[in-house]
Amino acid sequence: MLNLFAHPKRIFFVLFVCFLAFSIWIYAIPLFSPTPYSEKELHLVAEGRLVWQKHNCHTCHQLYGLGGYLGPDLTNVYSRTANNEAYIKGIIKSGVKQMPAFEISDDEMKALLHFLKNVDATGTSNPQDYQPEIIGTFSLEKK
Amino acid sequence: MKNFGIWLIRISLVLFVLGLFFGHLASESYRITQPKSGVMGFLSLRPLHVSSAYLGIITAGLGFVTLIIAKMKTTRLGTFLQYLHFSLWVIALLGIFYSYFTGDFGGREYWEFNPVWALPIFVSFIVFLVFYLHQVGFSMKWPVYYWMWLTGIIFFIFTFIENYLWIFPYFRQHFIADMTIQWKVNGSLVGAINQIIYGVAFYLMEKISGDEKSSYQKLSFAMYFLGMFNLMFNWGHHIYLLPTEKYIHYIAYAVSMTEWIILIRIFYKWSQQIKENKQFYYFFPYRFLMASDYWVTINLTLALFMSIPAFNLYTHGTHITVAHAMGTTIGINTMIILAGVFYFIKPTFNSAKWRLYGSIAFWIVQVTLLLFLISLIGMGVQRAIWQAGLTSESFSKMNSSSENWVLLFIIFGTILMFSMASFFIYLLIQSWKKNKLNIEE
Repeated sequence: MLNLFAHPKRIFFVLFVCFLAFSIWIYAIPLFSPTPYSEKELHLVAEGRLVWQKHNCHTCHQLYGLGGYLGPDLTNVYSRTANNEAYIKGIIKSGVKQMPAFEISDDEMKALLHFLKNVDATGTSNPQDYQPEIIGTFSLEKK
Repeated sequence: MKNFGIWLIRISLVLFVLGLFFGHLASESYRITQPKSGVMGFLSLRPLHVSSAYLGIITAGLGFVTLIIAKMKTTRLGTFLQYLHFSLWVIALLGIFYSYFTGDFGGREYWEFNPVWALPIFVSFIVFLVFYLHQVGFSMKWPVYYWMWLTGIIFFIFTFIENYLWIFPYFRQHFIADMTIQWKVNGSLVGAINQIIYGVAFYLMEKISGDEKSSYQKLSFAMYFLGMFNLMFNWGHHIYLLPTEKYIHYIAYAVSMTEWIILIRIFYKWSQQIKENKQFYYFFPYRFLMASDYWVTINLTLALFMSIPAFNLYTHGTHITVAHAMGTTIGINTMIILAGVFYFIKPTFNSAKWRLYGSIAFWIVQVTLLLFLISLIGMGVQRAIWQAGLTSESFSKMNSSSENWVLLFIIFGTILMFSMASFFIYLLIQSWKKNKLNIEE
């Protein structure tokens, strides 16, 4: 019988090739995901992501539960109430509790809001919207 | 050849002390109600804390590997590569802290510094890979820890490139794909660093027990490949909630469950483990390795439950995840690193008085770490209950209602800072007492 552990080089190579294929598949996700946004809007979304990074928003806030813990998750903040943009702008410009006021240009604000709008449209991060299943997974539809 | 490994280890000890200090300052932010800007604000303190600890672990791993392989052979090329790697690494560290202190952010979570400083890190790892292969060579059969170190270095380079794919708008424009890649990177990078640190643990166990055969056994290689398999495919458990491709979630769920094998093996060997623990308890390098073994059991149990999507749905985004992250970085990685530093710098205590002090500090660290993690889990459970909709409080009220857990988290965190820093500072001082260095074998 072939003793696999006597040939670590081969196993390493095979696993690495599998990993590489898996990675390339993931890089291609945008190619097979149709988007309803125009080029201009996508540009703003990409710029908004940079604004999010520049101001270290993830230090305190989360998107889909990923990020910091001091502030609330902002995945669906854009649609929390109707016309929520004014509220988001106000919080960013004036700060609240531990959150300082941010000096942010109009262009940056516009891009950030586009980014948050785009994130909001991708789904929900509220665990209450999901239904656990017997096999240990969960689905979006609440039964 | 001058061995820069000891310098990397000294730098890592300084980084750990800084990490503890910044962590303590950051933890205070949970109690204040007024915003703070600049370096003392949470926006700077959290990256300072995380990067100091994370880079401390990486630097220590590189330090141990350098310490071990630099003495294998002396060539002009080897010396040059070692100098070059060390210089690039120090430049990167200085740049990162300059970036943080001047508020020049722009990177992503755990790597918030200006992305320009990623360049010396990347180049230094390429140089380190060449240095490693040059020193180790392919003429002999490799023990399992050589494979683990090579895996760690190669996967660090690969995932570090992925870590900066966001600079291309193609990725940034597609939020879901971008987040998928970001957490693929975070999961695999930690796995790569773990390969380096666990490789050091294998090396230490071999040297302490004197049993060289164990590093060539099938079981050791089976565990190594299981770790590598998880490094590559289990990261999807970070993003169960993210609406990315379903197959990524299923692969992560299935692969994460293979770690039960490790847990079952630990329990299978439990009595043998206890016997061995009693035999070598007096020897500090072993004692820290023993501690890391127990923390593996605790953290692996928690991780396995967190890898079940239906359970993860409620723990995700809470401090239970932080407890797991702290448990692995402090309980596992830092304990192995302390074992290594004791082994190379101060393997035995000549004075009974210092041995006693060391024992007291050792147990304070272990007990406080457990209480620290429990307080984080308490904060996490409070948030999980709120997220599940079992209370209808606002986010702010929910945060205020966990103030007792926060207070415990700060108290135990402060004790942990002093007790762990005492080891780091003591070992840093000892590292300059040249006659005690256990580098030459």
